Amino acid sequence: MASIGNIILRRLALGILTLFIVSIVIFLAVNALPGDFAQAILGQGATPEAVEAIRRDLGLDQPLATRYVQWLWRMLHGDLGISFAQANFASYVGSASDAGAVTVAEQLAPRFRNTLFLAGVTAVIAVPLSVGLGILAALYRGSVFDRGVNIFSLVSISSPEFFLAYVLILFLAVLDPVLPSLSNIYEGMSFGERLFKTLLPALTLTLVVTAHMMRMTRAAIINLLASPYIEMARLKGIGPLRVILWHALPNALAPIINVITINLAYLVTGVVVVEVVFVYPGIGQLFVDSVKIRDIPVVQACCLIFAAAYILMNLAADILSILSNPRLRHPK
Amino acid sequence: MSRISRRGLLKTGVAAGVLAASGLPLMAAPKRGGKLVLGLAGASTSDSFDSRTHSDTFMAIVGQGTVFDCLTEVAADGSLVGELAESWEASPDARVWTFNLRKGVTFHNGKAFGADDVIESLNMHVEEGSKSAAKPIISAITEMKKLGEHQVQFTLGAGNADFPYLMSDYHLLIYPAGQIEEAIAKGIGTGLYRVDSFDPGVRFVGKRVDSHYKDGRAGWFDEVEYIAINDANARMNALMTGQVNAANRVDFKIEPLMKANPQIEIVEVTGNRHYTFPMLTKVAPFDNVDVRIALKHAIKRDEMVSKILQGHGRVAYDTPIGPANQYFHEDLEPIPYDPDKAKFHLKKAGYDRLDIDLSASSAAFDGAVDAAQLYQASAKPAGININVVQEPADGYWSNVWLKKPFCAAYWSGRATEDWMFSTAYEAGAPWNDSQWDDPEFQDLLIKGRSELDSEKRREIYHRMQQILRDRGGVIIPMYANFVQAASTALGHADQIGNIGEMDSVRIAERWWMK
Repeated sequence: MASIGNIILRRLALGILTLFIVSIVIFLAVNALPGDFAQAILGQGATPEAVEAIRRDLGLDQPLATRYVQWLWRMLHGDLGISFAQANFASYVGSASDAGAVTVAEQLAPRFRNTLFLAGVTAVIAVPLSVGLGILAALYRGSVFDRGVNIFSLVSISSPEFFLAYVLILFLAVLDPVLPSLSNIYEGMSFGERLFKTLLPALTLTLVVTAHMMRMTRAAIINLLASPYIEMARLKGIGPLRVILWHALPNALAPIINVITINLAYLVTGVVVVEVVFVYPGIGQLFVDSVKIRDIPVVQACCLIFAAAYILMNLAADILSILSNPRLRHPK
Repeated sequence: MSRISRRGLLKTGVAAGVLAASGLPLMAAPKRGGKLVLGLAGASTSDSFDSRTHSDTFMAIVGQGTVFDCLTEVAADGSLVGELAESWEASPDARVWTFNLRKGVTFHNGKAFGADDVIESLNMHVEEGSKSAAKPIISAITEMKKLGEHQVQFTLGAGNADFPYLMSDYHLLIYPAGQIEEAIAKGIGTGLYRVDSFDPGVRFVGKRVDSHYKDGRAGWFDEVEYIAINDANARMNALMTGQVNAANRVDFKIEPLMKANPQIEIVEVTGNRHYTFPMLTKVAPFDNVDVRIALKHAIKRDEMVSKILQGHGRVAYDTPIGPANQYFHEDLEPIPYDPDKAKFHLKKAGYDRLDIDLSASSAAFDGAVDAAQLYQASAKPAGININVVQEPADGYWSNVWLKKPFCAAYWSGRATEDWMFSTAYEAGAPWNDSQWDDPEFQDLLIKGRSELDSEKRREIYHRMQQILRDRGGVIIPMYANFVQAASTALGHADQIGNIGEMDSVRIAERWWMK
């Protein structure tokens, strides 16, 4: 088992390196976009003096490298800084202190919790559903059920998310109003209410991620069904369901876990469009708004979270597939 | 009968008496109760109760329309009434203004309202380093004097007849003196609703205060909730599915669908917001007045309204003063589309044909590029060859507007004529986007500012609009409406305010649940 510890440490170190590179890339990319925060926020009121004043207040007049190093230095001390929007608003007030301003970390925390909640609800629905459907599809391979599930899931993964969202809104909120189309959850809501409001975006995301997981489950199991040991089990007279659940599934776990974790990472990072359509106060909406106004501290923080989610999920996938596979667990 | 507005009725007391006696219900009378839920565009995570930072609709509705009050208020019909001020008078030169404040008003935390609150709240805008949009208004005040617990005197550097109007600006909210910081953090005002919860960029909830000086006139809901919905489709969906009672900024493309729904009412008013094509009048060929006249006759204004605004607007004749202004020149002579006349003026300017660039981008206004292309098509028969340059939306206001000689732009308009003109048409003003410097116009601008006689002011401002129509440097083809949608369960007066969205941001005060 010592090897697993080693692997985790090595991968985490690599992950930190990746995050560092991501932060540089994002910083350069956002700065390469035309216009900066001062111009974006001032809009029509962007007189040269006003733009200069904001740039000076926010330190945007300093060279790129200096700004990046400053940001990195503070980040390494656990300080994600203050968003440009907040700092700029604080300076409007005249008392040029950052005291009252909300930090990026404070701004992100509740949003991130909401996004995790949405991802969690979706995962609870989508993972059992897609694994179950995959097993059933493998069991009744070639049947009408198999084909129906395949077609349905392929159609839903091929449609853009916002389209699926509108179709669900049409059927579940407009024509047959059982669920609210507005998922504006807030502090102080009871868990039940929160769950109810989150259901429609969660269902949309479920449709998006189910196909991938379902088809992988089905393929992995079918792949194994051709192996001699399954034939042996069948010859012993074991029923088809038991063959799949007890004999095929454990060996198919590695690829299934892999695809599940990738989809979970997607749920954290890829919910932007769905959050906008359902007005869900998650990290995705904040991210889009911040890119629009070139609010680099917030964009950086969001990207680091997204990147970290992918790195950790990938790590988890590898660890789990090692643990689920005795051959990898006990390497020669 | 239905053509008599409630207000018109109140004015003519005799008719009101007769009708009241006959017992005819003119309109369902407003009644207390219910909860108003709004879906609003124009919110941001950096929103706060600090009025110096208010710039979009969400906080204007929360601030001026719900939690706080100003000294004065522009009623739905455009007249000026007192809010925290009861009355005011000016010295003959309009330089010294005395405001008598309302007595017996308390803030949500129980503090009594008085002169100190006014002085301290207004001074916030001119603090060292403040970037408040209302700074120009307050910095024009040279002295604020407390004459009594409920009387304040303002002395201005130069006479300004519009001063009480300016006091109704949504930035000039009144906070409790000595506790302003706390009031900004928690939202403590004198408004009809106290803050129950506020999550910037997400949601606001307010509860009706028990007793208020506007009782019986405004503030009919028990509770109000505003949900930030910046996505247009999500906002309309929320209204269609009944999760909100009203929503602002209806997408023109789906407006016909909304209209078809019997439970939804489209509420539309024409205000001062106008879409423009400014030219730099100090740059050739736009320095030639005949070229400008030719361009004025080469645009199909009604086509702009029908195709760019889908009919949700009104044709304008190159004046930035709109229907929501006091001295709007209603009968300004139309500028017809007339390619021959345009050709004539072009010739007079010494051109057989004219090749010009017109810069446009969606940042200027929705459909600006299409509008520029329509202009291109209509100008061709006049011998004017407009080359439409599509500019990137990013940085449009910094890199194109005020820099390219001919481009597209928009203005939301201003509450007073003087404010609009001195922002964008006074020689030397930073946002004078046509480099406008006409001697007669500038003279009238100074004259109108300190003139208290409203008949004379009307003359002055009508003349100024006429000048802009005849020889101004900005093509203003249309006023764009404020279009909002509301559930028919809500009741409202016949006349809707047109200074801002949602009944001049005062929907929570003026509307009620049927």
